[in-house]
Amino acid sequence: MTQLTVEDLHKRYGDHEVLKGVSLSAEAGDVITIIGSSGSGKSTFLRCINFLEQPDAGRISVAGEEIRLVPGKDGHLRVADAKQLQRLRTRLAMVFQHFNLWAHMTVLENVIEAPVHVLGVPRRQALERAMAYLDKVGISRFKDSYPAHLSGGQQQRVAIARALAMEPAVLLFDEPTSALDPELVGEVLKVMRGLAEEGRTMVVVTHEMGFAREVSSQVMFLHQGLAEESGPPAQVFGQPKSERLRQFLSGNLK
Amino acid sequence: MIEWSLFAESWPAYLDGLWLTVKLTVLSLIAGLVLAIPLAVLRVSPNRWLSAPVWAYSYFFRGTPMLVQLLLMYYGLGQFEWIQAQWEAGNAFWLVFRDPYGCALVTFALNTGAYTTEIIAGALRAMPHGEIEAARACGMSRFTMLRRILLPGALRRALPAYSNEIIFMLHGTSIASTVTLVDLTGAARNAYSQFFAPFEAFIFAGLIYLAITFALVGLFRIAERRWLAHLQPRKPLRKAA
Repeated sequence: MTQLTVEDLHKRYGDHEVLKGVSLSAEAGDVITIIGSSGSGKSTFLRCINFLEQPDAGRISVAGEEIRLVPGKDGHLRVADAKQLQRLRTRLAMVFQHFNLWAHMTVLENVIEAPVHVLGVPRRQALERAMAYLDKVGISRFKDSYPAHLSGGQQQRVAIARALAMEPAVLLFDEPTSALDPELVGEVLKVMRGLAEEGRTMVVVTHEMGFAREVSSQVMFLHQGLAEESGPPAQVFGQPKSERLRQFLSGNLK
Repeated sequence: MIEWSLFAESWPAYLDGLWLTVKLTVLSLIAGLVLAIPLAVLRVSPNRWLSAPVWAYSYFFRGTPMLVQLLLMYYGLGQFEWIQAQWEAGNAFWLVFRDPYGCALVTFALNTGAYTTEIIAGALRAMPHGEIEAARACGMSRFTMLRRILLPGALRRALPAYSNEIIFMLHGTSIASTVTLVDLTGAARNAYSQFFAPFEAFIFAGLIYLAITFALVGLFRIAERRWLAHLQPRKPLRKAA
């Protein structure tokens, strides 16, 4: 079943066109990694999917339901129905580069917050679910700590547990390891690998080529706002067709 | 040569004055805070029609001395015939402004409300953008985000600045004595004129203000330990059992 479809997404900042028509389709269990140099538009693309940025044109469907859009006064597309967007956002959980945990809440409170106050899950059930996910990411013994008292890798694992607690259709990862010290990257990638093996649908923007090659079902190489090449990792990494991708890979694979 | 009899004879009057000071401080702070929370939300709104009136209110009350505001309210309003007519008619709302206690309370509440609005608005603006994005990304409505993420985060962060505002208000209420009210400062003035011992009369009041301030500072230290734990260095982890 198709969990996420993005068709012909365009986005511009002033005169600069960041995305020039990018499409993506994720079936249940797909792990799609988006690679590309900085400025290629890969983060913007991911952020347009859940409308943290307003795309200028394109269509987005989550689990078969299309987000209704109308043109706004400023030329960007606007969501026709804010309630629908809120509902579809609960199906798309996001993990951010800088974790973005709520600082005044403990780890456990962070994880139950949206299930209780957005989805309306009873508190007791949300707590059970939260503990299970904190166990899964190996952080349950810090459940009463505040985010600022944890390392970056631990915070990112909490953020992943927070995303899982929404039981979303698709997990979106926006460079989840880019803000981490090198020795902390591994613990986060290990958790993400586990999620991929469980068959979760994931869209991952990353610079971790090893992860992209070994875990993803599909790799998309973005260059100057276009999907220059995409396909299974063996093909994209093994037989890159475009000169751009060859250059990018020779700079990134060591 | 300390005039000890002043303390012996007038402490009941000081106690009455202290009670009025406490009432004025607590009630105006509560009213000011209740006013300030929604106003702070409007103040940070990108919509100019919402933020500009709040800006004007806060600019007026922070831009003029509280004593001038109080004199304006107590002496100034009575000059208008329309308001006099309301008093004649027994309009309960406007009668508040004939009563010195009512005038003082309204002035103090509006004044602290203005400062508190700015304190909370500043804390709302300082909210990390990433936390707001995380709230939007998980499908929170604007109201839920305000209630669960923005205000709890901002009010905590505002605590140290707000503790100063509380102390300023405690001291600020001393100007109530200029509109015939006998608060702690008023009691000191009366004792001074009775005993002609200005040093004793005012040092006694000063010491009481000092003691309350000291207690408030202590209370806020406890409150900050409780509600700002997430911004403080980590406590050493207890050894695992």
